[in-house]
Amino acid sequence: MKAETTAQHDLVRGIWRENPVLIQLLGLCPALAVTNTVANSLAMGLATFFVLMGSSLLVSAFKRFIPHEVRISAYILIIATFVTIADLVLAAVVPEIHKALGAFIALIVVNCMILGRQEAFASKRPVSRAVLDAAGTGAGFMIAMLMIGTVREVLGNGSILGYSLFGAGYEPWIIMILPPGGFLTLGVFLLVLGWWRGRTEGAQAQVRRWPHGVATRRAA
Amino acid sequence: MTLATAGGMAGLLIVVVFEWAEPQIEAHRAAVLAAAIDNVLAAPARYDTLYVVDGALREAPPEGVLERDLERVFLGYDESDVPVGFAVTGGEPGYQDIIRLIFGYDPGSGEVVGMEVLESKETPGLGDKIEKDADFVAEFNGIQTPLVGVKQGAGQADPHEVDMITGATISSRTVIAIINNRLEELGPLLDTYPPVVKQ
Amino acid sequence: MSDLFWILISAMVVNNFTLALFLGLCPFMGVSARVATALRMGAANIFVMVLTAVTVWFLNTFVLAYAPYLRLISFIVVIASLVQIVEMTIKKLSPTLFRELGIFLPLITTNCAILGLAIFQTNRGYGFLEGLFFAVGAGLGLVLALVLMASIRQQTELSDLPGLARGMGLVLIVAASLSMAFMGFAGLLSS
Repeated sequence: MKAETTAQHDLVRGIWRENPVLIQLLGLCPALAVTNTVANSLAMGLATFFVLMGSSLLVSAFKRFIPHEVRISAYILIIATFVTIADLVLAAVVPEIHKALGAFIALIVVNCMILGRQEAFASKRPVSRAVLDAAGTGAGFMIAMLMIGTVREVLGNGSILGYSLFGAGYEPWIIMILPPGGFLTLGVFLLVLGWWRGRTEGAQAQVRRWPHGVATRRAA
Repeated sequence: MTLATAGGMAGLLIVVVFEWAEPQIEAHRAAVLAAAIDNVLAAPARYDTLYVVDGALREAPPEGVLERDLERVFLGYDESDVPVGFAVTGGEPGYQDIIRLIFGYDPGSGEVVGMEVLESKETPGLGDKIEKDADFVAEFNGIQTPLVGVKQGAGQADPHEVDMITGATISSRTVIAIINNRLEELGPLLDTYPPVVKQ
Repeated sequence: MSDLFWILISAMVVNNFTLALFLGLCPFMGVSARVATALRMGAANIFVMVLTAVTVWFLNTFVLAYAPYLRLISFIVVIASLVQIVEMTIKKLSPTLFRELGIFLPLITTNCAILGLAIFQTNRGYGFLEGLFFAVGAGLGLVLALVLMASIRQQTELSDLPGLARGMGLVLIVAASLSMAFMGFAGLLSS
């Protein structure tokens, strides 16, 4: 079960095959909440990437010193430190985007994706691998966010990054930048993904019941 | 032992970043406020912050009271140090969530001289017209208090009347209500503030 | 009093935590296959939310004024501890309930709805009563969303759906419809 994975595999697998949002269905709260514009998706993706890299690095570097019983709390504290830093930096450097992202920057702390990565990988592997894994997962998250964000902004506002695409005559599909649009976009992506995998892999579309990693190990 | 050191280092790191970031965050906040006051009071040369304490306006918070616990209004002055009006903030639940706005009030003429929406979560395309519709916002540049909202197109017979936005009645009504309610609360204080009355 | 009422109704339906604010999606997707489980999970959440609101108010008023940058860390510590306490209490009072809830209890810690509650409460500067009403409203809203989704899923399990539509794709599209329906609550308490 615990086959040795290559470094390249560690990096690449988070990007698509085990994409945290589209395949593992982790980190959905930010994926739906801030993807109403591409700019917000980009900022959130970058912030999450930073937190993921930082915490994976530290967790892997200090894994020998973290007692098993309190490991989840320790991971959360490390993640919370990085999130606080990211929050402050964003507020100081790009205040408008910070305002648009609002509470969701702080909510990166409870993003099951980050905690899951620490628990499942960073706490068990050397620093270099943990960093690669974090980079891959972070990139996958960013890609998913950008996909959802682009669809929502183009359809819901007729623009990308604020630049109008269709001119003044375009009647935007406003529901896309409202909450139902978020659910709808991700739902359609999942349906399309399921259909495509069903065709290429010939297997039944997967029925996900619970996010990986954290749940099962927590119960142990 | 190592956990404690790690915790200490983390805390230190946060404090360092905080010290670096806080002045910039404060500066931005002040700039946003100044821009809003500029907008609703037609570019005053400077403004004073006044605190509402026990039913009177004071120039500084009383001993031992934190600034952020007090209600504030802003008094704008032109180049010759003549007061041009107060900028007052207010917020009330609108259609979707709370609408926060700032408006300029001239006690001399009893008119609202400008309005800017600071925060709103109203429906894009409909309710958000209270900030996006330039005509609606312009209605507040010189209108007699107390404000009365009327349906669009009803003709502007009365200097108290504000044309509400079709399809955004509740949001428009909330904007008008915020201004009226705030003036009901603070009007007497603003009208009788000595530097203004001296005019 | 009407302010408090507005806070409760707003948090419960007008700005429902799950369907409008996108908080609490992990349990929403994962727990919501059975109505009974959904109810129990929701009840545990309301309990933790109310306790959190009270503790956060206490922290905000007396402690955090002096160290605002420690806000996030202290909230998370508070939530983790509260969940731990609730877990132990339930284990002692009702072992059957404890077994049924199983994994879901510790997962309340990573439920963004609880932390989201703490953050919104702080940002809006709610006092003690307001925070309480906010927590109750938000919790009831969570339960509402969970139970609605669970009932729909229980129904669809027996219906004739194309294979690939089963699973999360369907859940999300149903969620989109629910979210749209809840948008109708806007303007509920306006003059």
